[in-house]
Amino acid sequence: MKKTYAGVEVEVDAEGFMTHPEQWSREVGVAIAKEQGLGALTDAHWKVVDFVRGDTASQGQSPGPRRIVQGSGVSMKDLYALFPKGPGKLVARVAGVPKPKACL
Amino acid sequence: MRHLVILGAGTAGTMVANRMVRRLSPRDWTVTVIDPETVHLYQPGLLFLPFGDRDEQELLRPRANTLDEGVTWVPQAVRAVDVGGRRVETDDGRSFPYDLLVIATGAQVRPDLTEGMLGDLWQRSAFDFYTLDGATKLRDALERFKGGRLVINVVEMPIKCPVAPLEFAFLADAYFRRKGMREGVEITFATPLDGAFTRPVASKRLGHLLEEKNIKVVTEFACGSVTDGKVVSYDEREIPFDLLVTVPTHSGADFVTRSGLGNELGFIATDKHTLAVKGADGVFALGDATDVPASKAGSVAHFEAETIIENLERAAAGKALEPSFDGHANCFVETGDGKALLIDFNYDTEPLPGKYPLPGIGPFSLLEESAINHQGKKAFRWIYWHGLLPGKPIPVPAHMSMAGKRPAEEA
Repeated sequence: MKKTYAGVEVEVDAEGFMTHPEQWSREVGVAIAKEQGLGALTDAHWKVVDFVRGDTASQGQSPGPRRIVQGSGVSMKDLYALFPKGPGKLVARVAGVPKPKACL
Repeated sequence: MRHLVILGAGTAGTMVANRMVRRLSPRDWTVTVIDPETVHLYQPGLLFLPFGDRDEQELLRPRANTLDEGVTWVPQAVRAVDVGGRRVETDDGRSFPYDLLVIATGAQVRPDLTEGMLGDLWQRSAFDFYTLDGATKLRDALERFKGGRLVINVVEMPIKCPVAPLEFAFLADAYFRRKGMREGVEITFATPLDGAFTRPVASKRLGHLLEEKNIKVVTEFACGSVTDGKVVSYDEREIPFDLLVTVPTHSGADFVTRSGLGNELGFIATDKHTLAVKGADGVFALGDATDVPASKAGSVAHFEAETIIENLERAAAGKALEPSFDGHANCFVETGDGKALLIDFNYDTEPLPGKYPLPGIGPFSLLEESAINHQGKKAFRWIYWHGLLPGKPIPVPAHMSMAGKRPAEEA
């Protein structure tokens, strides 16, 4: 499936998560955030998004909240304020990485 | 003399020790296993204890009986690993040099990492079932349970046997129906993920199970604390319970963090294909102890063991490592009433429907409930003690195969 963000055509899965992280750019991230109702992204948002992108690339899986908190330096409370309702999934969307998942 | 040292004698460590001792010449190599526990626990059996199984003695074997005679077992806890000096220190102050090291110290449940979990309600109305102690106490609690709100909550990922919490919910539904009290029990399944099923094909084919069984699902619920008979999420949602079955946060062994080998939860940074520990020469890790993005499950440890054994021999001979592990997992999933599903998947391929292990024939059905799948799960205990642990050949391939499966687009 394809979708266009900030004039860039990207591959997404059935739930709208990007499947090719290399197609992502900060402009694409901003457009996804807007679509998700997040409004303007602050430095704190970017701290989280940058960590999640780097970590997913090196680990081969999207990090959970505990790992995001430790790696990005943002507190758990702030993480939920920045990305309300399940930050793992929302961050993954904005960062253009697969959603955190289990085996089934 | 060269030394192979294996830390941990659970499923993974025992298999590797018993197979390596037969492959390495005893004139050139010693094989030593370090594990403080004097019994080996068959963990898949824990799931059935809360629902009335009373065969916990069948889940235990003396450690000494599970290890080959050629293996030296040191019943001590590991204090630290010095990867620079290539030695392992144990709690009694001894030091074990190694040429090759395998870390297989698994994962432990950590209810202490959730605020309020170990308060007044712990093991009175809040239980885990990932320990023998927890599972047997929960059995008593379920027996006494008069009805009300049963909440099953996964605190955070990763956990061992990621399907077990869901199996617990299915078995609880069947258990209370059998007792004729299902109408008086509200079952809630609260998960930090975005659904009870997170993979598209499984979700589509199995989503109806929860509705049929009247199990309420709360998603993206990241448990922050337990207080006043409620689990509370970080975004301040609350789920009140009369009986809480928690799957606590898991961590690696304490020495992993002390030795600087662990991530934020003490899981070891491991190459997901070669299973070599990153930045530590001659060190490998497998099973629940690693941070590889595969399920923490016995079948994964089994398939990883094939790669580890190959790579230990290569490392011993100074050859390049084989990146052969594909993330393969193969798990029975109990759905209640004597039925189960079977799932087979790897890093790249989600669980798909079909037949296993013989394409078109089975006898097991993938991603579909059947009584034979349940019998397979129950029969596995014998295979575990008599085939898998002693390191006898098991007729299932280490690599995942698409034979007999319907691809995702079709399914």
